[in-house]
Amino acid sequence: MAEKANPQRAFLEVSDLSVQFPTEDGIVRAVDGVSFAIERGKTLAIVGESGSGKSVTAQAVMGLINKRNADVSGEVIFDGEDLVAMPEEGLRKLRGNKMAMIFQDPMSSLHPFYRIGDQLTEAVNAHEKVSKASARDRAIEMLHKVGIPAPAKRFDDYPHQFSGGMRQRVMIAMALINSPSLLIADEPTTALDVTVQAQIIELISQLQREFDTAVILITHDLGIVAHVADEVAVMYGARVVESGSVDDIFYHPQMPYTLGLLASIPRLNQVHGDRLDPIPGNPPSPLRLPAGCVFNPRCGYQDRVTGDLCQTQRPALESVGAGHRVRCHLPATERQAVAELVLSALGRSSA
Amino acid sequence: MSNLIGPVISAEAALRVTDLRTYFPVRSKGLFPKTVGQVKAVDGVSFSVQPGQTLGLVGESGCGKSTTGRSVLRLVEPTSGRIEFDGLDVTEMSSKEMVPIRRKAAMIFQDPYNALNPRHTVGAIIGAPFAVQGVKPPGGVRKAVQELMERVGLNPEHYNRYPAEFSGGQRQRIGIARAVALKPKFIVCDEPVSALDVSIQAQVINLLRDLQDDFGIAYLFIAHDLAVVRQISHHVAVMYLGQVMELATREDLYSRPLHPYTHALLSAIPIPDPRAQRQREHIMLSGDLPSPAAPPLGCVFHTRCFQAQDICAVEKPEIIEFEPGHKVACHFPIVEFLGTAPITGPDPGLTKQTGAAGEDRGSNDLIREIGTDYGAAPNTPIDPGPAIWR
Amino acid sequence: MSAYVVRRVISMIILLLLLTLVVFILFSLLPADPARLTCGKGCTPEVLEANRHKLGLDLPVIQQYWEFMKGLFVGRIYAADSPDPVVCNAPCLGYSFKRGEEVLVLIKDRLPATIWLALGAFILWLAAGISLGIYAALRRGRWQDKTVMGISLAGYSLPSFFLGLMAIFFIVIRLQLLPYPAYVSPFENPIQFFQTMLLPWIVLAILYAAFYMRLTRNQMLEVLGEDYIRTARAKGLPERVVIRKHALRAGLTPIVTAAGLDLAGLLGGAIITESIFSLPGLGSLAVNSVNDADLPVIVGITLVTATFIIVANLVVDLLYAVIDPRVRLV
Repeated sequence: MAEKANPQRAFLEVSDLSVQFPTEDGIVRAVDGVSFAIERGKTLAIVGESGSGKSVTAQAVMGLINKRNADVSGEVIFDGEDLVAMPEEGLRKLRGNKMAMIFQDPMSSLHPFYRIGDQLTEAVNAHEKVSKASARDRAIEMLHKVGIPAPAKRFDDYPHQFSGGMRQRVMIAMALINSPSLLIADEPTTALDVTVQAQIIELISQLQREFDTAVILITHDLGIVAHVADEVAVMYGARVVESGSVDDIFYHPQMPYTLGLLASIPRLNQVHGDRLDPIPGNPPSPLRLPAGCVFNPRCGYQDRVTGDLCQTQRPALESVGAGHRVRCHLPATERQAVAELVLSALGRSSA
Repeated sequence: MSNLIGPVISAEAALRVTDLRTYFPVRSKGLFPKTVGQVKAVDGVSFSVQPGQTLGLVGESGCGKSTTGRSVLRLVEPTSGRIEFDGLDVTEMSSKEMVPIRRKAAMIFQDPYNALNPRHTVGAIIGAPFAVQGVKPPGGVRKAVQELMERVGLNPEHYNRYPAEFSGGQRQRIGIARAVALKPKFIVCDEPVSALDVSIQAQVINLLRDLQDDFGIAYLFIAHDLAVVRQISHHVAVMYLGQVMELATREDLYSRPLHPYTHALLSAIPIPDPRAQRQREHIMLSGDLPSPAAPPLGCVFHTRCFQAQDICAVEKPEIIEFEPGHKVACHFPIVEFLGTAPITGPDPGLTKQTGAAGEDRGSNDLIREIGTDYGAAPNTPIDPGPAIWR
Repeated sequence: MSAYVVRRVISMIILLLLLTLVVFILFSLLPADPARLTCGKGCTPEVLEANRHKLGLDLPVIQQYWEFMKGLFVGRIYAADSPDPVVCNAPCLGYSFKRGEEVLVLIKDRLPATIWLALGAFILWLAAGISLGIYAALRRGRWQDKTVMGISLAGYSLPSFFLGLMAIFFIVIRLQLLPYPAYVSPFENPIQFFQTMLLPWIVLAILYAAFYMRLTRNQMLEVLGEDYIRTARAKGLPERVVIRKHALRAGLTPIVTAAGLDLAGLLGGAIITESIFSLPGLGSLAVNSVNDADLPVIVGITLVTATFIIVANLVVDLLYAVIDPRVRLV
């Protein structure tokens, strides 16, 4: 294993990652200059709505984007190596080994024709020459770790014999069987019931501590983000519009989109008046991203920006504090004022 | 009507459901299929919705909330029970008799992509109820439809467009416009926002509330998301495996839940506030939902319940009005503020039968086994001792 | 499983009974009088009536059907009260007075050519259709895909009588690469057998291969978009394992159904191909029998063909259960 090439580098550092799909209707900019970083043992949540590019970002990091159909550019430095420039065979050796992924729908993510035991040992054998018996032992141990009762017996069962929550446990076992240092979880609980969701989130956190894994959690659920994330990147219209620590995002948000999102979600512990304050309009199509700031057609604070900057100039991701970055044309004082306004309406101050 | 909650109003409830049961037969396959059992999708559910109010119906997948909604509108034939629209018993009505009644009731569906006919224009979709019911609005159907479109936040100029040209949120608005076209007394909303993006959900919830205020429509609002339900409901019923576990006003249900399942549900939903979330107590329910085809005996929740005692596996708790306006179906409701003792003591005669009853319940035992095994697994649920209730 | 098979066989028999009944009734409605066809130019009403009685055509349809069913199990004697009765032993599928032969014997004579034709073409079209379909799917949208789909379209559009006649004209007559087709059993003269069968096999296979290319390609594309394929890639499996182990098995499952039924259908005779290459198969027998209104032969062939298809259906369902563990036969 290569040593970390550069001690200043984060364990995973994504910079200026872009993914474009040429289609008959035009170029789909699924990911447009996305940057973030994450250390081992930490959880980065990528938050965004459908079409914001969060899933494509994850697949690009995993090298799961077929480069024949897409144009991937930028850098993904994983433990000192650039994954964007890496040939497919090198990526394959990392996938499922040093980096692993679990997906949204556990019902369709396991192959319906193969026993789950075989699907697990296959993940072992893809990266290591081990005997059949020891692969089996490892699979059973992993199934036990993720809380599958009677793992030796369930080893020979087919996926359809498991419930949704159990299948997601199997997926987690499969992802973690080679002790990866990076786990990407793409909406891992969206298809599950809330009581099962709580179990799965707890399981991921617990295994993360055990293996010192870096976790990228992709979700639209701000509750889950608040529950598990250390760092948060908010994506909108294929770009990261704000990133920072979980406290930065929830208590000192600066980008109008983040503020809008926080104001529009229903909460169990709401203290302010009954009504939600939704963001007007609809998210943009990745085929026709607005010029300038991607959020400008829905943003209510453009009058605080001089000229037509919002419509014409793409704002840069600017640092506004330690590790806290915002992509917005609003001057710092105006941003503060806007945040103050929204947060006080939410019933708490940004102090 | 002591077993029905809600403020005592002289007017009839917009919707009153009494002991509704909807069972689906399970058939064997083959040349001569036989009924080999039944799924009790809805098993003895009672509630009422007052005019202009919302009853939220929450629960996890397979709890029967959607079937309840469909049974109420007789889109699914209920097995037994009584359904009244605006004081009128519609349970036994033929489909022909139902036609004029359908003017009083409408439905909004979950999936804004499949609920609209892609080959019809938006105008035709929203105007369909007028045609079906033979209603001639003053000024013509087109004018009425365009007013509706304006009212739900759609551009009336898009009258001749097709559903494919609209986003998910806009399609849900089309569905809503269609539902309110004939000014119904009540609407069954089946997961109306769960397929929508977060920023759009709030738009749709606000729209539904505005329409309720304007037209006095009652909603039966079916959803799995307790936070969404809280935004719109006056009363909330929590369902589990075909039965109502708890029914209360919104304030009571969210601030002083009585049923252990309600507690678990509320605790399982992470709140978007990191500091508050870190300080919250978490109740981790073990195991998955049992299959509705083989629900546990006794209390259906006892296999996953942290309060369960012997009696729960044997005797089904009836739903009772524990406090005024707060109903619960539990032998041991959680009453930390009242400090009341369990309302039903274990019946010695019944407890003796536990062993015998347990033996012929193979599948349920398995579920219990799974549940217990979780306890031994590394992700041990928090010990359900009384301390967590402080 | 065995209970399932028993149930399926019982329903199969009921289905076949209904089928023969329908064929009987349909033929009784035909304007042609089969008895008239057995009686030459100088036909007198007396001879006609005698022949009709001999054939059992003077009985009501239902009774004719009953006689037929009885013949299947215990054999049957035609015109027992006449000086020259005809004995047809069980299982008696009927007797063709037109040809003066038991239907079963006629079918037995014709079956080998049909089976050889069907089997050979089956192997060819599966090999070509599936491999090209997979190839096209893996190169979706590129020139290889477009070429394969072009070939498929061409194969689809060319009628087999045209293809067959072209093949005979160019390969047999002009270029004289092969002798003129004359069917012999492969056990008698394997070389001549192959020389005869090669063109019919190819001609018949092209049409089916065209269909299977498309089917396979679409199936594979669908499966390649499945979540579990993404999971397999995320596990770090080499692409060839992803394709061979994960995609193929799922993608080819529906093809088993189509292939089983197509093969069974062909065992009932490939009418056009058999006619062009003068193969003595069931298809040409069926055509001649329809022309002659030879009811007993038509009923016999219908029954045999239907049996093939229904048995194939059962086999396909059983195979499905073996391939897909989610399918439970109850």
